[in-house]
Amino acid sequence: MPEPIDPADTQRLLDIADAVVGRASSTEQVEAVVVADRGCEVRVYDGEVESLSSADTAGIGVRVIDGGRQGFAWAGTLDPDAVEAVLAEARDNLRFASVDEYAGLAEPDGVVPASLELYRSEVAAMPTADKVALALELERATLAADRRMTGIESAEYADSVVAAAVVSTTGIRASSAESACWLSVYSLAGDADTTQTGFGFSLGRHPGVLDPSVAAADAARRATRMLGAVRPSTGRTTLVLDPWVTAQVLEVVGSMLSGEAVAKGRSPFAARLGESIASPMVTLVDDPTNPDAFSASAADAEGIATRRNALIDEGVLKMFVHNATSARRAGVSTTGSAVRRGFRGVPGVGCQALALRPGTSSQAELVGALDDAILIADVAGLHSGVNPVSGDLSVGAEGLRIRDGAPAEPLREFTIASTLQRILTDIEAVGNDLEWLPMGAAGVSLVVRDVTVSGE
Amino acid sequence: MSQSNTSPGADLTEVVHASVVNDTLREALSTGGEFAEVFVEDKASSSAYLDDGRVEELTSGRDRGAGIRVVVGETTGFAHTADLTPEGLATAARAAAAAARSGGGGVRTVAMPDTPYRSLRPVRIDPSGVDKADKVALLRHADEVARSRSGSITQVSAGYADSRRRILVANSDGNFATDEVVRTMFNVSCVASGDTGMQTGRESIGHTIGFELFDRYDVAELAERAAERALTKLAARPAPSGQLPVVIGSGGGGVLFHEACGHGLEADLVAKGASVFAGRTGELVASPLVTLVDDGTMAGEWGNFGIDDEGNPAQRNVLIEDGVLTDYMWDVLRARKEGRRRSGNGRRQSYQHLPMVRMTNTYLLAGDGDPNDIISSTPHGVYVAHLGGGQVNTATGDFVFGMSEAYLIEDGQITEPLREGNLIGNGPEVLARIDAVANDFAMGPPGTCGKDGQGVPVGDGVPTLRVEALTIGGTAA
Repeated sequence: MPEPIDPADTQRLLDIADAVVGRASSTEQVEAVVVADRGCEVRVYDGEVESLSSADTAGIGVRVIDGGRQGFAWAGTLDPDAVEAVLAEARDNLRFASVDEYAGLAEPDGVVPASLELYRSEVAAMPTADKVALALELERATLAADRRMTGIESAEYADSVVAAAVVSTTGIRASSAESACWLSVYSLAGDADTTQTGFGFSLGRHPGVLDPSVAAADAARRATRMLGAVRPSTGRTTLVLDPWVTAQVLEVVGSMLSGEAVAKGRSPFAARLGESIASPMVTLVDDPTNPDAFSASAADAEGIATRRNALIDEGVLKMFVHNATSARRAGVSTTGSAVRRGFRGVPGVGCQALALRPGTSSQAELVGALDDAILIADVAGLHSGVNPVSGDLSVGAEGLRIRDGAPAEPLREFTIASTLQRILTDIEAVGNDLEWLPMGAAGVSLVVRDVTVSGE
Repeated sequence: MSQSNTSPGADLTEVVHASVVNDTLREALSTGGEFAEVFVEDKASSSAYLDDGRVEELTSGRDRGAGIRVVVGETTGFAHTADLTPEGLATAARAAAAAARSGGGGVRTVAMPDTPYRSLRPVRIDPSGVDKADKVALLRHADEVARSRSGSITQVSAGYADSRRRILVANSDGNFATDEVVRTMFNVSCVASGDTGMQTGRESIGHTIGFELFDRYDVAELAERAAERALTKLAARPAPSGQLPVVIGSGGGGVLFHEACGHGLEADLVAKGASVFAGRTGELVASPLVTLVDDGTMAGEWGNFGIDDEGNPAQRNVLIEDGVLTDYMWDVLRARKEGRRRSGNGRRQSYQHLPMVRMTNTYLLAGDGDPNDIISSTPHGVYVAHLGGGQVNTATGDFVFGMSEAYLIEDGQITEPLREGNLIGNGPEVLARIDAVANDFAMGPPGTCGKDGQGVPVGDGVPTLRVEALTIGGTAA
């Protein structure tokens, strides 16, 4: 058994991938993806460390294409015997796949990868005691932030260093290393009758940017402002989506602009290229080369340089995103939008770092302009209530009544429903409060008119 | 991927010998601590996926390793490794012990039996021995059947997956057990297109059995149902908004109970005051029609296993009896702390994760009502034939769950199909509002339950039942 891989040692990952790819026969295309991940998680509760976990994992995924057939296999180890077995298994698997004229690995397209500084050595160098101290301070600060705070469900510090290499017989040879660390807390607030919950986080690529007080203040504010919440009456109303909610909606919209979904007849926007599909306020860009995005990356999951893709320009649909296979099928070029689940899957197609072009008003100014609306602070049930094929959207929600331009009573246990197609056209304003969130999209406050609220 | 020392059917004690397990536990406790545990896992999986008329790829995967935890005072230290040699295990044991900090306590002796408790639940047809061509043939058959159902079926995907997960668990309390679970599943998803846009229909089956799954189920029938669901929804009208009576069909999915109270009865959340059901054992928390059971022993069901991921045998636990909360679900840590017996609910996604309290197969016992009477006695409401996923905030009790196939009930008759959406309610309120339970119990499709970033397979089931009022998340007035 080899020593654990230092995730900063991308050369070692490239060497392992090179060795596999070097075994390709003259008729085969072979791609090897090697990933190593090292992480730590500290959970605290009631002033003590509840658990401290260290993680050190590595694995390889091998894709083989021969005669238009594709096979894949993976293993959660870089043990040489297992790597050997993965290649053999991928070869065996392809014998049973269909011939696909569009199957094939990505080929270098000459686009130079962005120079991104995603790895900071401070994460790996941080002493455990400092991680524990940060987590304890997070819990303390959250409970101290407001006298109505009654407890926490969890408070943690966590970090990870991930390195990946992709090498293929078609000339792809890419590697990357990135670090991340974060504080997150789920909080409880109570009054005589009820308990409400909130959350807060602080994250970055190195511990220097972590601020427990920011996470604590958010967690306390989110929980306490919900105390005394009532159910709204049923009807149509204008919503202000909090950036946290907007980012989640954008991720679904992004999935509908996947070239694979379009080609396979699963996107309601398939035939709308060049048409207006959204309010003129909407300019949507997917740009993984933006270093501010926590999901930034210089190369996509096939090793192709990522790039800025302008998807919607002032409401007009300009393009779909593609990996090598979907692009070949659509007769266009890859947009560097191959995505995959580490080493355990074949590349799919997806947006990676979505952001709306921000407007000029703060959330307070947007709220100030509305007589009667609801600020949606959080949503639930996105996986069960949003269908990216039909576009139907219906999710549970909580938030605050907006009355006469000011936030009023808290509201809970209601749903908001529309279709994603309608939401895009019903956007009345985009805020100026763009913030990158721990997902593949940035959030920004959004005013959407005429959404059905179902409650009392 | 075959490796010489893990031939199919081999017990994990042949990979990691009992003496090595014992040595590892000793190492884990060598600097003090109240509890140590070794969890070894070897999971092999294979899948095949068809989309757009093509078998796009077959995938094989293998994960093997061990997770070791050490408890010192209130602190759990955890480390895992893919290296199952004695040295690799010892290194992980020291890392876990260091993480838990040396509590200064005395060295505990490890009392481990020489031979493990072996849970033996053989499958009839080991999927790893089935020709890959036979698996692919099932996909093609499902695709053909779904497409032939109607010209309006414009896209079909189908997936086959099997896995064999072997585990070995040993701890310093003397638990020493091994288990093997084989899972086989199949799903079909269809897109139907018409003047009203596109709609989707999905069907899935999955059991903790081998390839004999396909003796029990016909993939053609599954494909027809998925196609039918998508086609039906083409003509669907927007779901209503506001509160209405909701009838949930037999076997449509027990996700209602999974979310309304299942998560809230997990002892880890209860202990932190993050459950509306905290401190309520012995109280009436639901309609007297409700008897809710969580049962890891249900042979063949998706949440079934021989031992949980902490080495305790699966159990049948009555959570709510005639509306009265009888007990929570427990893992080792919570049970130790409260001096409680373990309930077989300690589960984890893989050796890379710490276990926590999880459900297994959660279901509502049948009542004595006639399902047709329940519908005919509902003047105006919604009938949900098939539920989607759900989500709950256990601290407030507010939960949502999706309806992936639903109809209006008008004048006691099931009438028009409705578009998809979520329903929302509050756990304790909804449980109290269950006013009819029928005699037609059935288990639902296989599910994956997510908690704290870990997914585990779960099952659920319900007879036809009615909630007198639930909020429907539609767009119609």
